[in-house]
Amino acid sequence: MARHSPYVRDKLAEALPAPASTTGFIGWMRQNLFDGPFNTILTLVALYVIYAVATPVIQFVFVNGVWVGEDRTACTTAAQGGVQPDGWFGGCWAYVEAYFNQFMYGRYPFEERWRVNIAAILLALALVAVLVPSFPLKRWALLYSVTIFPVATVVLLTGGHFELGGFFFGLSSSMGLSPDFAFFGDLLIVAIIAVGIGFIAARATGSSARSIVIPIIVAFAAIAVVIAIFAADFGLAPVETAVWGGLLVTLVISVTGITVSLPFGILLALGRRSQMPVIRSLSVIFIEFWRGVPLITVLFMSSVMLPLFLPADTDFDKLLRALIGVALFSSAYMAEVVRGGLQAISRGQYEGAMALGLKFWQMMRMIILPQALKLVIPGIVSTFIGLFKDTTLVLIIGLFDFLGQIQTSFANPNWASPVQSLSGYLFAAFTYWIFTFSMSRYSIYTERRLHTGHKR
Amino acid sequence: MKNILRLALVAAFSVAGAAAASAGTLQDVQAKGFVQCGSNGSLPGFGVPDDQGNWTGLDVDYCRAVAAAVFGDSNAVKFTPLSAAERFTALQSGEIDVLSRNTTWTMTRDASLGLNFVGVDYYDGQGFMVRKSLGVSSALELSGAAVCTNTGTTTELNVADYFRSNNLEYEVVAFQKGDEVIAAYDAGRCDVFTTDASGLYAERLKLTNPDEHMILPEIISKEPLGPVVRQGDDEWFNVNKWVLNAMINAEDLGVNQANVDQMLGSDNPEIRRLLGAEGNFGEMIGLPNNWAYNVIKMVGNYADVFERNVGPDTPLGISRGLNALWKDGGILYAPPIR
Amino acid sequence: MSDATGNGSGERTFFLNDPKVRAVIYQVVMVAIVVWAGWSIIDNTAVNLKERGIPFGFDFLTAPSGFGVNQSLIPYSESSTYGDVYWVGLLNTLLVAVIGVFFATIIGFLVGIARLSHNWLIARIATVYIEVIRNIPLLLQLFVWYFAVLRLLPDKREALDLGPLGLVNIAGYYAPMPMFGENTWMVGVALLLALVLAFGIRMWARRRQMATGQQFPVGLTTLGLVIVLPLIAYLMSGDPVTFEYPELLRFGPRGGLRVIPEFIGLLLALTLYTAAFIAEIVRAGIMAVSHGQTEAAHALGLRNGPTLRLVIIPQAMRVIIPPLTSQYLNLTKNSSLAVAIAYPDLVSVFAGTALNQTGRAVEIILMTMLTYLALSLLTSAFMNWYNKRVALVER
Repeated sequence: MARHSPYVRDKLAEALPAPASTTGFIGWMRQNLFDGPFNTILTLVALYVIYAVATPVIQFVFVNGVWVGEDRTACTTAAQGGVQPDGWFGGCWAYVEAYFNQFMYGRYPFEERWRVNIAAILLALALVAVLVPSFPLKRWALLYSVTIFPVATVVLLTGGHFELGGFFFGLSSSMGLSPDFAFFGDLLIVAIIAVGIGFIAARATGSSARSIVIPIIVAFAAIAVVIAIFAADFGLAPVETAVWGGLLVTLVISVTGITVSLPFGILLALGRRSQMPVIRSLSVIFIEFWRGVPLITVLFMSSVMLPLFLPADTDFDKLLRALIGVALFSSAYMAEVVRGGLQAISRGQYEGAMALGLKFWQMMRMIILPQALKLVIPGIVSTFIGLFKDTTLVLIIGLFDFLGQIQTSFANPNWASPVQSLSGYLFAAFTYWIFTFSMSRYSIYTERRLHTGHKR
Repeated sequence: MKNILRLALVAAFSVAGAAAASAGTLQDVQAKGFVQCGSNGSLPGFGVPDDQGNWTGLDVDYCRAVAAAVFGDSNAVKFTPLSAAERFTALQSGEIDVLSRNTTWTMTRDASLGLNFVGVDYYDGQGFMVRKSLGVSSALELSGAAVCTNTGTTTELNVADYFRSNNLEYEVVAFQKGDEVIAAYDAGRCDVFTTDASGLYAERLKLTNPDEHMILPEIISKEPLGPVVRQGDDEWFNVNKWVLNAMINAEDLGVNQANVDQMLGSDNPEIRRLLGAEGNFGEMIGLPNNWAYNVIKMVGNYADVFERNVGPDTPLGISRGLNALWKDGGILYAPPIR
Repeated sequence: MSDATGNGSGERTFFLNDPKVRAVIYQVVMVAIVVWAGWSIIDNTAVNLKERGIPFGFDFLTAPSGFGVNQSLIPYSESSTYGDVYWVGLLNTLLVAVIGVFFATIIGFLVGIARLSHNWLIARIATVYIEVIRNIPLLLQLFVWYFAVLRLLPDKREALDLGPLGLVNIAGYYAPMPMFGENTWMVGVALLLALVLAFGIRMWARRRQMATGQQFPVGLTTLGLVIVLPLIAYLMSGDPVTFEYPELLRFGPRGGLRVIPEFIGLLLALTLYTAAFIAEIVRAGIMAVSHGQTEAAHALGLRNGPTLRLVIIPQAMRVIIPPLTSQYLNLTKNSSLAVAIAYPDLVSVFAGTALNQTGRAVEIILMTMLTYLALSLLTSAFMNWYNKRVALVER
């Protein structure tokens, strides 16, 4: 069979290499950059744009950047009273360095800044615990993030030792208890009333009393413990929020806003899809109102009018007011994102869940929300990013967030120079960008990870 | 309602916690142990905190004096930095107890905002700052100029009046924050920066090259600056009024921070009344009898405060001028303590 | 979801277990809470206002304002009222919003298409632009434009000469001001005529195509008509439009149409920021049209241009328009950041200056919020209507 014939090949010829013009770097360039005259022109224009943008940036940041210096002389030209040659134009990073601590902590007292650092470590731990999917002991990690972390952070940052007072028609106060005890006395009274109502309701509907009463007791016990911790004296000096500033305030507002807006947003979204007309219309009004007005007017309102809405003697922290404004605002946006997810879940999922005999909240918790939230992760994260960026607006109502602190530093003549503001803003932009960009990358990562089932 | 809200607030955040029921500002202040004072926050010489958060300034020292009178401790005071825009609402809403933030006393503010002006602690007037290179020597040459100012201030209204009444064209660029005004002027957005003359001296320090700028001779308005309290609380109004009067009277009587202890033994009945050695003037306003002594000992008389914060030896270098005592050629005059 | 638990078997249950009864109870409780909260807010406010001696009412709107505003579309002077201040602010807000929407849409579409370009460099540049601009707070960008970049422009006495485009310096942009001669109306009439003609041709061409299948170059004809007719009218009426160019005098540029730098800064920041978001929306919209559509169009013999115009874009628009609406709304609402750089928009001049001069916080904030609310409800109503029009009819 295997006869050898001299003029017939018995094996295939080696494939010739592809023409040099289609492979390797050159081929790639020809295909992607220079195929046709139009594209070639585009490429040349693009190269020029890159050159025109990159050169001054590199010049400003690196070539001409000043990294060490004591005061403005380091960052001003001879004509302006400094040491730089005429025509010099570069970043004043020495100024950023000199103010770095203020940008981070604001005017938080020097000797107490270790508390902020610990809070930052706690935050990092919480983030890792929540965000890294393979983190061990996930359940405990989550528990830490919603209990120990917030409570410890509040105590650390403010110093704790809150003063309490009776709040329930002065019942306990009238019994001659001190304000601290009066608070817990009143709390006990309210708890007993709540347990009573729960018990009656359980009896009336014929469900087991235990399943209703125990959660109520647990909830009140938790409130009591948390408030007891807030009221306890850990020997930390109180630090009022007026001296907080810099990145600290930015993070406090954004982390609080993010944690508050997600659950509230889910509730509002459910409310908007509820079949009860009153609840639905209230949700719609709430959502559309907050989405229809600019955040800055919300902040104006919370800083100027909120005290008027409340009883005359309520003492109301300025930072807290901004927090409330930001949280309400972002909840409305979150609600719309979540609603999008809920709408995308097919009716069959609801019907299947009901057929299994699940109650409303069980169905939501176990069937609908996990799917719906997964679908809208990009939306949720971009709402978070929006919220993080929007925290800058608090500087307009006189809080000193990261950007506000940088803006304030321009008023100090020590470092006044024509490049000061640009340097400060570049630093701010870089910092914000690091935060937001990593958030968006994380969202892409999670999206891929959770993209189960319908992969194509 | 009230109390449930308070629960929510206490539980959530509020460091100050539950204040006592609102009897009167003085009682509230005494109960919480400090005076909450609204001040400027970015005006050297009047109210500005340093990097460590230590506040200095003439307006700030007035608040310290109130704290000294109420508590015998000039440090029993907390400061809230306020923009011109926020200041009145902050006072109206009870966020602060007294507003001492270079605030001009006008009839509208006194009569329609629910506020009371305590008195005048600095007689000021509005002036103009320009670049020397502009080559003008009078405000009347400023036709067509762009004017940077602060929104929500009397200066914004005065500048409109002045340019209009002199038939000068102008463009107003009004910012929310003092720092932004000066930054825009420094950048060359405006030809003219206008605010109270005292403020011009203070803000000039923030410019890149202070020597390139000059202050024009015209003073176009009366700007009596003084502390403000809420209307309808006469007791607290009196406390604040008499702290200011005591400081001016102390200078009048020659009692200052350095010699107040010797003056305790003075035979002069006016001094004895001031320092609480005679009579019960403290009691009349709900304070300890040595209230004025504490003020002078801890903060000083008006001259001490003026020299320390804005006087010729400070970077601002402002002379007493109108703010000298009536008998020294100024118009500073306080009703007697008797 | 009150019907989630049915009471199936028909045996008598306690009334609280009936989902309909429960729904009623929940809603009654909800209404009670809302009414109580609303009432206590109003009550507290009334008590607080009274205690503090602050009057309430809208009479201040007729009082003279006494302050100046540096940009106004309607006649305004210091003796105008606070009511006028409101309109000045509102018009300034609308001005920056409309112009901003216009430019943001153009830039956004260009960048969005560029991001899908086959040209690797162009696609990368578009990506970098989007990722940088989207991830930096708008307020910061506003500050950079206004306090850092505009600061680099020549100062008031000098100016950068842009040739036929006018002059620019730190005090603003001085554009050539068109001066209309007496016969300018003829150009307008010609333009109107051209539009009417073009519309007629379009109708006719469509009918002919339906009947015979022959196509007619409607686009080119329209373009030609719209350009040529007014041009003829312009030349016939004797070159009536002249431009008043700004001149650089001793005290800086004079003449021309001046645009204040606050407007330029705000417009730049808003446009570039929103454009980055629009670009992403456009990209997502185009990607949402499946590749099969392109292939099918090619198989039918359509070339690239008609494929894009007749097949891809109409389908992409359906995906693009709803998020585009909310970007337009965002731009309008974000224009309120003007307050940080002294552009006299509604928030800056009314909720800022007027509020401070009158102290009427409640009334003014209320008016401002309701205005924005009305603006966004109107915009979304309009866009919903438009969306319905362009939405493909599903069969």
